[in-house]
Amino acid sequence: MKKYVSTGLKETRAGFGDALTELGKTNPNVVGLCADLIGSLKMEGFIEHCPERFIQTGIAEANMIGMAAGLTIGGKIPFAAGFANFVTGRVYDQIRQSVAYSNKNVKIIASHAGISLGEDGATHQVMEDIGLMKMLPNMVVINTCDYNQTKAATLAIADYKGPVYLRFGRPAVPNFTPADEKFEIGKAIVLSEGEDVTIFATGNLVWKALEAAEILAEDDISVEVINIHTIKPLDDKAILRSAGKTRAVVTAEEHNMNGGLGDSVAQLLARKLPTPMEMVAVDDVFGESGKPSELMEKYHLDTPSIVEAVKRVLKRKK
Amino acid sequence: MEDIEKLKKIASQVRRDIVRMVHAQASGHPGGSLGCTDFMVALYFSVLEHEPKNFDMDGKNQDLFFLSNGHISPVWYSVLARSGYFDVRELSTFRKINSRLQGHPTPAEHLQGIRIASGSLGQGLSVACGAALGKKMNGDKKLVFTLHGDGELQEGQNWEAIMFAAHNKLDNIIATVDYNGQQIDGPVDKVLSLGNLGAKWAAFGWDVLEMNGNDMADVIRGLNEAKSHAGKGKPVVIIMKTEMGMGVDFMVGTHKWHGKAPSDEQLASALDQLPETLGDY
Repeated sequence: MKKYVSTGLKETRAGFGDALTELGKTNPNVVGLCADLIGSLKMEGFIEHCPERFIQTGIAEANMIGMAAGLTIGGKIPFAAGFANFVTGRVYDQIRQSVAYSNKNVKIIASHAGISLGEDGATHQVMEDIGLMKMLPNMVVINTCDYNQTKAATLAIADYKGPVYLRFGRPAVPNFTPADEKFEIGKAIVLSEGEDVTIFATGNLVWKALEAAEILAEDDISVEVINIHTIKPLDDKAILRSAGKTRAVVTAEEHNMNGGLGDSVAQLLARKLPTPMEMVAVDDVFGESGKPSELMEKYHLDTPSIVEAVKRVLKRKK
Repeated sequence: MEDIEKLKKIASQVRRDIVRMVHAQASGHPGGSLGCTDFMVALYFSVLEHEPKNFDMDGKNQDLFFLSNGHISPVWYSVLARSGYFDVRELSTFRKINSRLQGHPTPAEHLQGIRIASGSLGQGLSVACGAALGKKMNGDKKLVFTLHGDGELQEGQNWEAIMFAAHNKLDNIIATVDYNGQQIDGPVDKVLSLGNLGAKWAAFGWDVLEMNGNDMADVIRGLNEAKSHAGKGKPVVIIMKTEMGMGVDFMVGTHKWHGKAPSDEQLASALDQLPETLGDY
């Protein structure tokens, strides 16, 4: 199988911050909004280069989302950024009415998604956000896996007209996708081709899926790893092609099993190509405080959990 | 004075449209619509600098209006149609299947004049703040007008926006509160009192004006006064006293017609009180 090499640990959110700074220089319509989390979202570069196009909203996310919708009237491209929990669940109706139903060109940028946020605990560890956002008509939902991909995705969504939810985590994670890889919304990326089983992974779990594939290769299990960075619109074609080939599927994500990538893939396969399937995801519980790596292990979101899920699904494969 | 008489005639027709629209589908919100008719007519036929025939979403170099209390859509649809945004005959489709005139306003059906969905309360002032910021960034000197229900101000998001607009000196916003003192469950003072509403806005840093929303001459005076206060470092709010149901004797002054349609007999009685001035749709 193809071997991926990490160039080191790097924060995904820095990918967003660096891309936003670049957009500030190249796209005069891009506007940044943040609710008292400038440092966490790495927006300092953008603010330094275009202070007149940055809006500090204070701790008032509902107003931030409404203002982002209003800014699109007049041709602006607002990037409204915050912690994933506070720019989704806290403001669901604002997003629903003023952004999604009104079909406004708003980019909602969500950092600190999932349990790997760590020590702050369950109040801040949203694992329902993908489900919340993908349920909204018109909304594009993206979960990027590393610094390079987050940077590329941020640049790409500025050129897409319509509401977008872009989600990533807090910790520094292995940076392994090519720096020059263009981000195509809705286009799955085959990272390694395999014959026996497919792992569809998103976000922080993509790297762990690659690690799992290497471990499984030692047992002569040939794993296809596909990066589903866009959960909506889902790349039906790529998923059906791979599931049709391997006839066994595992999904992996840092999200509640309800409402996440796994449930989108399951819905597709149930309708078009029933296939044995296992899900690596949080099993409908809230998180807790702890170090990110401890939490990923305890909640079965680590590499060994993916290996075990593959072995389980292979037993069910016909 | 001639102008005021002309606006009053339009208001009479708009009130006819409202009761007929709500009656036709036996659904909608006549009370607040009738109470805000004089304001909406004054705004669309005298105050707003806008181009009904050239509607586009961005509205650059035009005044913008956002209706935050979206349930009074009948009055908005009527003034939009009567001022030339779309054919008045389309008013007959209000709240019916396959209509662009949804129960609550939305741009989703591409109805000219509507730039954001409203109905879920408390969101309009935030949208207006965004649009006002956009105008400032674009060097666009035109204004952003809004209308809010008084009960609607119980939603906390309003106060986030009120704080923001003053802090950021959004002096291109003219907000108006329909201060009719009524909401679905009864008098606002009984449900959840707003206290001294003008003092609250003033304490948040807004320039506060008042007017009688059911006296056309005073509405014109109040809106023009508000325009003269724009551009001076503070956002402007008008506390507009109105009577719910104004223009129809059995609907006036009660919350009971907030979201209730008239019967055939009641419609006939209402229309008897409202001269047809521009021709019914």
